[in-house]
Amino acid sequence: MTATQENHTSPALITLAWIIVLIPTAWGVYNTILNAMKLFQ
Amino acid sequence: MLPFLDREHSIAKPGFSRWLVPPAALAIHLSIGQVYAFSVFKNPLLALKDADGSAWSLKEVGYIFSIAIAVLGLSAAVFGKWLEKEGPRKAMFVSATCFSVGFIVAAGGAVWHSLPLIYLGYGVIGGVGLGVGYISPVKTLIRWFPDRPGLATGLAIMGFGGGAMIGSPLGTRLMAFYKISGYQPIAAAWITMGILYFIFMMFGVFTIRVPQEGWKPAGWVPNTNKSALISSHNVEVNTAFGTPQFWLVWVVLCMNVTAGIGILEQASPMIQDLFKGHVSPTAAAGFVGVLSLFNMGGRFFWASTSDYIGRKPTYMIFFVAGAVLYWLLPHLGSVPLFVLVAGLLLSMYGGGFSTIPAYLKDLFGDYNVSAIHGRLLTSWSVAGIVGPLIVNGILDHYVAQHIPKDQAYPIILHIMAGLLVVGFLANLLIRPVAEGYWIKMPATAKV
Repeated sequence: MTATQENHTSPALITLAWIIVLIPTAWGVYNTILNAMKLFQ
Repeated sequence: MLPFLDREHSIAKPGFSRWLVPPAALAIHLSIGQVYAFSVFKNPLLALKDADGSAWSLKEVGYIFSIAIAVLGLSAAVFGKWLEKEGPRKAMFVSATCFSVGFIVAAGGAVWHSLPLIYLGYGVIGGVGLGVGYISPVKTLIRWFPDRPGLATGLAIMGFGGGAMIGSPLGTRLMAFYKISGYQPIAAAWITMGILYFIFMMFGVFTIRVPQEGWKPAGWVPNTNKSALISSHNVEVNTAFGTPQFWLVWVVLCMNVTAGIGILEQASPMIQDLFKGHVSPTAAAGFVGVLSLFNMGGRFFWASTSDYIGRKPTYMIFFVAGAVLYWLLPHLGSVPLFVLVAGLLLSMYGGGFSTIPAYLKDLFGDYNVSAIHGRLLTSWSVAGIVGPLIVNGILDHYVAQHIPKDQAYPIILHIMAGLLVVGFLANLLIRPVAEGYWIKMPATAKV
């Protein structure tokens, strides 16, 4: 079987799912960048 | 019990978007990646005193992380086949449960000053959570992204690198908060983290779906004009274990990881020793942060790149460029150049982890790729022991002989370059898996 239709999942749901994982990731990266900046001070 | 965890209940309905699967995988990997931030608990654990005033040694506390990583490799190897049978959702649930319970059991160890309880909780129970969680989304991602397996698995394994970036400030801030609030800071932080990570991982458990049999991306046609290393057949895990290709890839990963650990293990003291008077301890901590960013970015960049240039050429870049850069690293007289080169090396270290699942898929097919990946991760466990042994062994020798430590680094880094040459030779020898190892049936395996 070839299920070719991928547009039934709401784009809002996909965006929300990515936001859920990207928020903590961004927080972690932000803290790491703050730490990394000490190298250049 | 809990039938919604069964593979049959996680099969995607028509129209389900595959772009929901990477966030599910990331939820697991971002959580279990916390293990690489365990060092934030080291000093607080060393400061804990028993009723008689006794405290734990650095070595004893160091075993907590070592046990967790060793159990990660072992449980990935042992539970890989079970995961193939039960599906990713149940595996993610088991991972979340073990990882969280591990925190809570370890919290008991912090309250009662029991190191064996911490070993059992964070090391053994949590370690099983790490191993099962690490391999749980791999096959599912490969099946959802047959057109871009490197990108898909790279995204998830990038999460493992990112997990430390979240776990480190989270652990530090929770301990600070509970200290002010009058609670035992380590235990309270671990209980909170156990609960938070369980909730976050449940997002992955509920979101993950496996594709229906025969599903493929809209408009995607398997490329028939491709490298001989990309298989159109499948190999069962026990059979794969007996192939020369498995052990050559095992050596490839082991050498790449051992070399990377050579820098990671000593990043902060190394830059301070090599640039005495020019790099402060604070700046050295910043250097570690820069390396973390390269490590995480490399996981995504190299695995995605491997979709275009192939897995074998990707590792060839790691081993050729890596060997040259490791050789040059101790002789670079400039701090910015040193940081850039070390960052590039760490990007290839991370890339080595994230490109491996797609390499295995190319060689052995996707039938048992999670289980094969699980067994391959024993090379990580070995590298985790061998890498620090080489580095610390040489440094200890120099210290014992009263020779300045900065003179030890060229030898250490040249050994790492040599290890990459071994990895290069192993990668060079990798050929397509012989027909005699193939599964003699149509590939209609469970995801």
